[in-house]
Amino acid sequence: MRKIKELIIEKSLLSSALVTIAVTVGIILVLAIEAFLFFKEVSFFDFLTDTQWTPLFTEKHYGILPLLSGTLLTTFIAISVALPIGLSISIYLSEYAPRSFRKTIKPLLELLAAVPSVVYGFFALVVVTPYLQQFMPSLSGFNSLSAGIVMGIMIIPFVSSLSEDALFAVPKALREASYGMGATRLQTAFKVVVPAASSGIIVSIILAISRAIGETMIVAIAAGQQPRLTLDPTVPVETITAYIVQVSLGDVQHGSLEYRTIFAAGITLFVFTFLLNTVSFRIRKKYREKYE
Amino acid sequence: MTEIMTEKTEDLKIEAPIVEKYKLQTRDVNVYYGDFQAIKDVSMNIKPRSITAFIGPSGCGKSTFLRLFNRMNDYIEDFKMEGKIKIDDNNIYKNKIQLEQLRKDVGMVFQKPNPFPKSIFENVAYGLKIQGIKDKKLIADRVEKALVQADLWNEVKDNLNKSALTLSGGQQQRLCIARTLAVEPSIILMDEPTSALDPISTAKIEELIHHLKKDYTIIIVTHNMQQASRISDYTAFFYMGELIEFDKTKKIFTNPEKKRTENYITGRFG
Repeated sequence: MRKIKELIIEKSLLSSALVTIAVTVGIILVLAIEAFLFFKEVSFFDFLTDTQWTPLFTEKHYGILPLLSGTLLTTFIAISVALPIGLSISIYLSEYAPRSFRKTIKPLLELLAAVPSVVYGFFALVVVTPYLQQFMPSLSGFNSLSAGIVMGIMIIPFVSSLSEDALFAVPKALREASYGMGATRLQTAFKVVVPAASSGIIVSIILAISRAIGETMIVAIAAGQQPRLTLDPTVPVETITAYIVQVSLGDVQHGSLEYRTIFAAGITLFVFTFLLNTVSFRIRKKYREKYE
Repeated sequence: MTEIMTEKTEDLKIEAPIVEKYKLQTRDVNVYYGDFQAIKDVSMNIKPRSITAFIGPSGCGKSTFLRLFNRMNDYIEDFKMEGKIKIDDNNIYKNKIQLEQLRKDVGMVFQKPNPFPKSIFENVAYGLKIQGIKDKKLIADRVEKALVQADLWNEVKDNLNKSALTLSGGQQQRLCIARTLAVEPSIILMDEPTSALDPISTAKIEELIHHLKKDYTIIIVTHNMQQASRISDYTAFFYMGELIEFDKTKKIFTNPEKKRTENYITGRFG
């Protein structure tokens, strides 16, 4: 009787694991099939080199570059904000802050990631953009700058929390060795602790980038919906995710080529985040080995 | 307060041009962690270019006491210290003292080898680089000298750019000693430096410590009584935060004054 019970539990646990895998495989399959059908009509070369993305216009172009540039531009701005702030926070918390302060502030910081991103999007549109316009009159109402900045604030905890974990995991003995030779706290932090935690810090940055690339609401609300191949942060752009939202909400006919553009865009996004995740997984594996 | 190490135990026949005073002196030192008193009224004098061993059961305060000399306890929350500790006539617990300067003069080797995850060369050069020394030739010379002193040069001279973590435990510990020597301290504190090592590596380190004596004042905490008797000139026995007995090693191990010392060294407790 007991054995049967064990067996049932084991199998049900196994099946829930299998369901997750099945769903993932299913998603990838649908993405791949629809994207394949898309590429039967649009040449892969055009997709990668055409500088315009106008599948909903009469004169249709299917170049992913404008969407990609929008995604990379907002992501770059976000990381430029999140990296210095997040890293400073993590170094302060792990090397300087009293333990009790660290214990209170860390969960508070993680709250930043718990705010719904639609709130951030709204914040970027109605607060940050008007504020920035006071200094930059040419800034358009929708732009990648404020979307990127706000997205950067949102991903600060990704950088700070994971980096802090990595810094804090550096053995105390290394810090003592450094202090013991007459190093200051600052020297110890930057010459010993940060290098020793570098793989963990890199992983945190990659995960933050991955999160920024996949972020949808902020850019859909605040960055505009105009696919444009540009590096100018003051004009409206459209990211891959924002495009997917735009088309999904519209009345595009199921099974049409316009409909399949979503999957072409989606698979591009997937390739990027998949690569980033793989890299971070590799680094994390190496890093674990180093400490064991 | 008792002057434990008195002149009569000294071998005064050696004609020294300058009579060297004590290198390190402590007076009525008390240490508290919160409400817990870890060190009780310890006073002692340590001679330059000698090896002093601190022995005693776990938790007796010997490590805490050792770590007072380079103010390594300062990072512990609730740590409080009373009394005076003088190195070369400078009170190291004065507010004005520069911690970084103190620690350049008082090097430390830890229980577990703790090389930085950097190359062998960078490990030894670290202490020089943080002082702002940029002269590459000077750094290379000092690194070589320190590695020679630590008896590691011949084993690593062709692999200076290899990660220090590829070395064996014993080599790592000698690297940590080299790293400390490169900064040119006058005192070296060793906190159970061989407790994580095998007997052969231990023997090498002991030999090394013996050689270093001619240039450095060495204070070593050890759990290993044989080690204390083999390498040290003076031995201090701590028990429950008190300094029970401090004398020439030979005296401590052959004819201790106190019953408790005798019980400990003969293995009756601890």
